[in-house]
Amino acid sequence: MSESVPNMAKIDPITLAVIQAGLQQCCDEMDLTFSRAAFSPVIAEADDRSDGIYSATDGALIAQGARGLPVFVGTMQFSTRHIIERIARGETLPPEPGDIYIVNDPYLGGTHLMDVRFAMPFYREGRIYCWLSNTGHWPDTGGAVPGGFSASATAAEQEGLRLPPVKLFKKGVLDTEIWSIICSNIRVSEQRIGDVQAQASALLVGADRLTELLNRYSDATVSAAIAEIRTLAAKQMRAKIALIPEGTYHSKAFIDSDGVVNEPLTIALSVTRKADHLAFDFTGSSLPCAGPMNSVRATTFSSVYLALRHIFPDVPLSAGAFEPLGITGHEGTFLDAHYPRPVSGCAAEVSQRIAEAVFAALVQALPTQVTAAPAGTSGNFGLGGHDPEKGRDFVMYQISGGGYGGNSDHDGLSNGCSTIGISKAPPVEIMEQTFPVLYRRYALHEGSGGAGQHRGGFGLDYEVELLRGHARASFVMDHGRTGPQGAMGGSDGAVNRVEITRGGKVFTPEHLSKAQDIALNPGDSVRVRTPGGGGYGDPAKRDPALIAEDVRLGRYTAEQAERLFGKRD
Amino acid sequence: MTQHLIAGADVGGTFTDLVILDPATGDVRLAKVPTTLSPETGGQAGGVLAALDQSATPLETLALLVHGTTTTTNAVLERKLARTGLITTMGFRDILELGRRTRPNAYGMTGTFTPIIPRDLRLEVPERMDAQGRILTPLDEDALRKNVTKLAEMGCESLVIHFLHAYANPAHELRAAEIAAEIWPTKYITCGHALLSESREYERGVTAAVNASVQPLLERYIQSLATALRDRGYQNDLLVMNGNGGMVPAASVGAEAVKTVMSGPASGVMAAVATGRRAGIPNLITYDMGGTSTDVALIRGARAPVSNEIAVEYAMPIHVPMVDVRTVGAGGGSIARVDAGGMLRVGPHSAGSSPGPICYGLGGTEPTISDANLLLGRLPASRFGTHQTKLSAIFETKIGKPLGLTPEAAAEAVIRIANTHMAGAIRMVSLSLGADPRDYALFAFGGAGPLHATALAAELGIPRVLVPARPGMTNALGCVVADLRHDSVRTVNRPLDTVDMDHVHAILAEQISTGTARINAAGITLTKTNAELSADMQFIGQTHLLRVPLPSATPTREDLQARFEAAYHARFRVNLPTIRANLVNLNTSVIGQRPEMDLSRLIDPAGRLATPTPQSTRKVWFNGWVETPVFWRDHLPLAFSLYGPAIIEQMDTTTVIHPGCTVTSDSDGNLIIEVPHV
Repeated sequence: MSESVPNMAKIDPITLAVIQAGLQQCCDEMDLTFSRAAFSPVIAEADDRSDGIYSATDGALIAQGARGLPVFVGTMQFSTRHIIERIARGETLPPEPGDIYIVNDPYLGGTHLMDVRFAMPFYREGRIYCWLSNTGHWPDTGGAVPGGFSASATAAEQEGLRLPPVKLFKKGVLDTEIWSIICSNIRVSEQRIGDVQAQASALLVGADRLTELLNRYSDATVSAAIAEIRTLAAKQMRAKIALIPEGTYHSKAFIDSDGVVNEPLTIALSVTRKADHLAFDFTGSSLPCAGPMNSVRATTFSSVYLALRHIFPDVPLSAGAFEPLGITGHEGTFLDAHYPRPVSGCAAEVSQRIAEAVFAALVQALPTQVTAAPAGTSGNFGLGGHDPEKGRDFVMYQISGGGYGGNSDHDGLSNGCSTIGISKAPPVEIMEQTFPVLYRRYALHEGSGGAGQHRGGFGLDYEVELLRGHARASFVMDHGRTGPQGAMGGSDGAVNRVEITRGGKVFTPEHLSKAQDIALNPGDSVRVRTPGGGGYGDPAKRDPALIAEDVRLGRYTAEQAERLFGKRD
Repeated sequence: MTQHLIAGADVGGTFTDLVILDPATGDVRLAKVPTTLSPETGGQAGGVLAALDQSATPLETLALLVHGTTTTTNAVLERKLARTGLITTMGFRDILELGRRTRPNAYGMTGTFTPIIPRDLRLEVPERMDAQGRILTPLDEDALRKNVTKLAEMGCESLVIHFLHAYANPAHELRAAEIAAEIWPTKYITCGHALLSESREYERGVTAAVNASVQPLLERYIQSLATALRDRGYQNDLLVMNGNGGMVPAASVGAEAVKTVMSGPASGVMAAVATGRRAGIPNLITYDMGGTSTDVALIRGARAPVSNEIAVEYAMPIHVPMVDVRTVGAGGGSIARVDAGGMLRVGPHSAGSSPGPICYGLGGTEPTISDANLLLGRLPASRFGTHQTKLSAIFETKIGKPLGLTPEAAAEAVIRIANTHMAGAIRMVSLSLGADPRDYALFAFGGAGPLHATALAAELGIPRVLVPARPGMTNALGCVVADLRHDSVRTVNRPLDTVDMDHVHAILAEQISTGTARINAAGITLTKTNAELSADMQFIGQTHLLRVPLPSATPTREDLQARFEAAYHARFRVNLPTIRANLVNLNTSVIGQRPEMDLSRLIDPAGRLATPTPQSTRKVWFNGWVETPVFWRDHLPLAFSLYGPAIIEQMDTTTVIHPGCTVTSDSDGNLIIEVPHV
């Protein structure tokens, strides 16, 4: 809409701040509506969704909900831009008022197939003023395994139904033909109509609130404010960049394997601050991989953005904040995969490893503002099978937290949420009510916090047993080969460990953190120990009283403490 | 001497307030003394006694004394708790430390969390129920005895027994409590299922652990106060405000000590309910802005909002019914600054109460909302030591210059942005409760509420503001007027189509009779007792709940489904005719209404003048300096009408009437401000 703003007088700073807050509240309300009305627990409980406002001309981010899932921080501006471009090229039908497009194609500005985007043109006086868009993680979009996380998929088709942008709602009415095609291709489709209505309802609520804002302050004033917010966000990001000493900072981060070929994947990153620009170069990262641990461009960019937002949380979410950032070197690597490379691991795992690389590079430059590496895996554990007591099939989906990295001020948090998420893990009691399983323990992963002056937080140690029927277990986790990185002389946190007990025998999957379709019988169990956070600073500098306290509380054994922190008086 | 007076005493962080009302004559006595914060030495009790002294009321004349306290709130927030041990299911002692895998803020990987019971005081015993309450591993009584003894030897005063799935079958918890009672040196034993019989082990465990950890502190404090009052001649039961807006006798408050965690805010809401009821304004948004926090609650149909899912701070959920008061801002101490991008920001950082705003003169150097109010003449300069010129210079340097504004325009911008954020937060609170703020009146209290209320109402499209007679003593008044209340929750959690409706009717009937018996046991005069029934429902497959009020204790299945569908459509504009409902909880609140009290004499009628006469004028900034009349609240007549701009001052707050607004008084002396629609 930038052309529609004539050279108008600079907007006064108060009106500007008021309009910024108004746009923000509009997005927050969309987030709230979506979660409260949704059926899928992934959206309703885990808030695996996000809502925002995007530019009519190029899809650039105008505002996004404060409690949206962090990994979606940049993706919807890419998908909205793809829709706008495809409409211009005649590949997608032109919009009319009341239309809502649906798209989940990862290669058109997405993440994995389960993240389904809706985009709605918002009209003022017959012209598109902006786009409202949201993303929700659907529990299933078809493909080889329930839930979509196939650890050994080698092509996108095995991961699920892929939708280009099509109008699911035409002039406000659901297209039942398209809907019936979708329903015939996904599992547990009965309740999805509730999620679709919730996702559309959120956009309609956003449109109502935006209309009120425009009526109150005029379209021209709000347009001027949007342009100004973008300029100010860029200015603010530049001021943050100025805190970084000029120079280049290198880091590496590793993915255990792609799930198909058992070799680590490398993210090689160099971050260069020059003047008020920050350049991220991924040259030297691994080639696209056979298994599902590829990332797509939108997710790679979004991961860089979310890592920076963790470092500078007060820079507003606006396209302007991304302007001083340059990202290169991703072409041709597994961080910019193209059709038909499988991508189910990108949103939950590769994204976190990209963030880890950003933290590891920038902690060298900003040692008091960046932490050592957090656990950095969502711990996806899927269990699908049949429950004879309830007479039905089930798909259980467990996510778990891990330790956060220590920082210059304090020890890392234990059992924190994934870097790219904000959701709570489900209670053990709810899991046992719903699925034929019994948790043997749900405890602190003792000894897992990386040593340092400020140690990493501790991971989780849980063990779950199948009670009846039969089931197959799948894992898409990471950090099984190397632990989350320590910083400033701190040690790495403990690695992720998976142990399966089957018929009384204990074994670890070949790919350590990834496996698919492991058959379990009653009495068999799975034990998962999630990573601890990286330590920060020289372990020898840790206050002996704090080491003694951790030993007294059983967080480390005396032997572990001596080995990790050195012999102390 | 006859026992005829009703007293409410609220102990806050800074002041202890006392309101004494004579129900027969409407006569009122007020007192306000500094709180000495030292619960161990009876400091809080000292505050109450000092306030009673100041009021010069013989305690023999009190029919009833109701007390609101922050003892338990502060103990939890500062972790100054009784030493407490936990006995739990083998494999699960870390539940209280692991939480639900969260972090304090959506962005930022820092932050800390201190579990309510330290790890060395959390011990496990072999025992296990499954989710249906069937015993998988019997309770190991020897291990239990050994561990209970160990915790006692480690110096624990309170004990929590929290087993997995005890909500489904409490047999192991009950047996463990029985054995522990033989060993434990005190009576402080809390079972997880006793306070909250619902699944979610973290929330139930935290609720039990908080209860156990504050129980001895609250009992000691309340007993020392009760004894001191008795020694001074008070002859009746001391009642304590509960977080649900009801009150409980001192003798039994300790058993469910966790329920007093929201005692203070609950009494403020109860005052708003009573004031609104008398004023004929049943739908209110309470807006309590003080120096360090701004709290909001939504009152619908003159009923206090009660929720079972309050979190008192990060990762500290307390799931017992409590008045749903939400903190939406940092209060008058919120700091304003211009960020690196050149945007003006207000909060979230606060100057707190020490050093506080610049105008407190305690060493504060950062401009705050209170300072902006002073600079713009909205607060009286005479009450503060700091000179306008100094404030003006600070606003000029820190905010005006970077934005190209005069100091006054900078201060106005600070207030406008603060109001925008508070308005946004209030809107989010009301929407999350399914209400449109424009259908409500704003009930403004606290030291700074009436300063901002008119502007805030305009921002929200709220047509009317009510400022009660004593905005700074609202919590104490709430203690005087609160109802008696008993809440019951029972989890059903079944598809509605398979629920045995006779069972539903039996549960509701049982909840009504238990609640009624408990209320009558307090021995207090009630005008009527009524039961409010509701069902928490969802579509099968959902996780969030929607509360559906029930008009009778014998609803039919079809009735429940229809009421739920209607409520769902009203909230989300969505019909889902193919999906059936789940019945999750049945709730009953039995409320004993006390005789209505005459609140018209909260401001002494003898001091009121015949016509509204300004005591002075001063320059106040409303888009420019305006010579504005200043009225003394206690001098205003009961019937009057004024046009803004105007300033109305009283002992502990200042009300700002913006240009274009009209202010009148109702027969209780509440200010009613009509705000024109923008």
